[in-house]
Amino acid sequence: MSSATTLKRTPFFEQHRAAGAKLVDFAGYEMPLRYRGDVEEHRRVRTGVGLFDVSHMGEFRVTGAGAVGFLDRAVTNDVAALEVGQALYTPICRPDGGIVDDALIYRAADHHMVVVNASNIAKDFAWLAEQCPADATLTDVSEDLALLALQGPRAAEVLRDHVPAAALVLGYYRFMIGPVFGVDAVISRTGYTGEDGFELYFHPRHAATIWEQLFSAGAPHGLEPIGLGARDTLRLEMAYMLYGNDIDDSTSPLAAGLGWTVKLGKSDFAGREVLVRQKQEGAARRLVGLEAEGRRVPRHGMAIERDGRAVGTVTSGAFGPSLERAIAMAYVDSASAALGTALEVVAGSTRIPVRTVKRPFYTQGTHR
Amino acid sequence: MSYPEDLRYTAEHEWARLEGGVVTVGITSYATDQLGDVVFVELPEVGRKLEATKPFGVVEAVKTVSDLFAPLAGEVIEVNGALADNPALVNQSPYGDGWMVRIRPADPAGILKLLSHDDYSRLIEEQHA
Repeated sequence: MSSATTLKRTPFFEQHRAAGAKLVDFAGYEMPLRYRGDVEEHRRVRTGVGLFDVSHMGEFRVTGAGAVGFLDRAVTNDVAALEVGQALYTPICRPDGGIVDDALIYRAADHHMVVVNASNIAKDFAWLAEQCPADATLTDVSEDLALLALQGPRAAEVLRDHVPAAALVLGYYRFMIGPVFGVDAVISRTGYTGEDGFELYFHPRHAATIWEQLFSAGAPHGLEPIGLGARDTLRLEMAYMLYGNDIDDSTSPLAAGLGWTVKLGKSDFAGREVLVRQKQEGAARRLVGLEAEGRRVPRHGMAIERDGRAVGTVTSGAFGPSLERAIAMAYVDSASAALGTALEVVAGSTRIPVRTVKRPFYTQGTHR
Repeated sequence: MSYPEDLRYTAEHEWARLEGGVVTVGITSYATDQLGDVVFVELPEVGRKLEATKPFGVVEAVKTVSDLFAPLAGEVIEVNGALADNPALVNQSPYGDGWMVRIRPADPAGILKLLSHDDYSRLIEEQHA
């Protein structure tokens, strides 16, 4: 738990401490794991509204005439098709089809913003810089941006009188640049919980004011801070990927069920050749959703057996508070990936009976 | 976080209370804080013989799982059935309603080999230093 290395802190560190957060090392940052309890925080986001500090995420700014072409060649999804004010979820692949990271790309009028996982900032920057042409400029602006995610069916009510009216009618995966409580921000209708919500990017010097004003505007709506514990169960119920667990340098977006983010029809991009071949041949293993019988939880790294034969490994698992049951994602041999297949997860000396189910696990969210 | 003075502790965060030749076992408030919300507790059957320091059950939280280790050897004479319907008792009342098993120890004096309140408090402090 303790570590000799100094952990980085987000601009909201003091706020987390004051709110009684249990702080843990996450991707080199001292982050709030939970404040009141994983289940309560999870339910707060599903039924009301909660606030996540996700300032540890990395942001790159891309400018220049070559920006669109550069990003379009660097990622699998269709950056060229993005309109100003639109955001896109995309894997970034290596030539061998392995996933360097999964990212969000925002298209603003005069630049693009790439949002990446905290644990991958250095790796992603190096990989993208290698491909950056002379007519584009790639800048790491992670330290210049604080990021809060306001998530839940009541998120819009919290912001109602504190953002431009246009922000409240933004479509899913749309954003605008405008004031939040009078502070310049990117106001984005994105999030990673399956609920309606906003992600707010602004300069860290406004962190304390924005935090305070959000909670004062949010008090009538029951706004609470939410930790990484609930963030993980919310995203898992939606079967959203967690980099390092469900996807990594050795997995391909096709195997992970992210085929919808791989636009093989567009012009060339890193990994295209391998992914075209994989699509024709079919991936050897596939990411599936698992639902457990009983309350034993399949956990990351546990082996999966079918009729006593090893067929895969669990990548993410938790008790899903909205589902009241244990759920997991796992890579299994394609032959064992059909919906309804009965499998066993090896948990020490016992076996957890599971079956493959449809993703997402949770289908009642306000956004999915 | 509190560690009652009348209990003995293991380094794996179980507590043990000796009363009339019977030892009640649970997990500490430090353990529940580390685990988060407990959603399931797997306990042994009454009559099972436990070996000291060996796993006797499993506690599943939303995010994490942990084995339960027997603080001392003995036979299980009672398990806390209330945890089946309400595992959250472990979080709400780790030293009370959240107890897990009662065992009749082969050697009741063995409880004195476990960590005292002071030893356990020091251990937690060290782990946080």
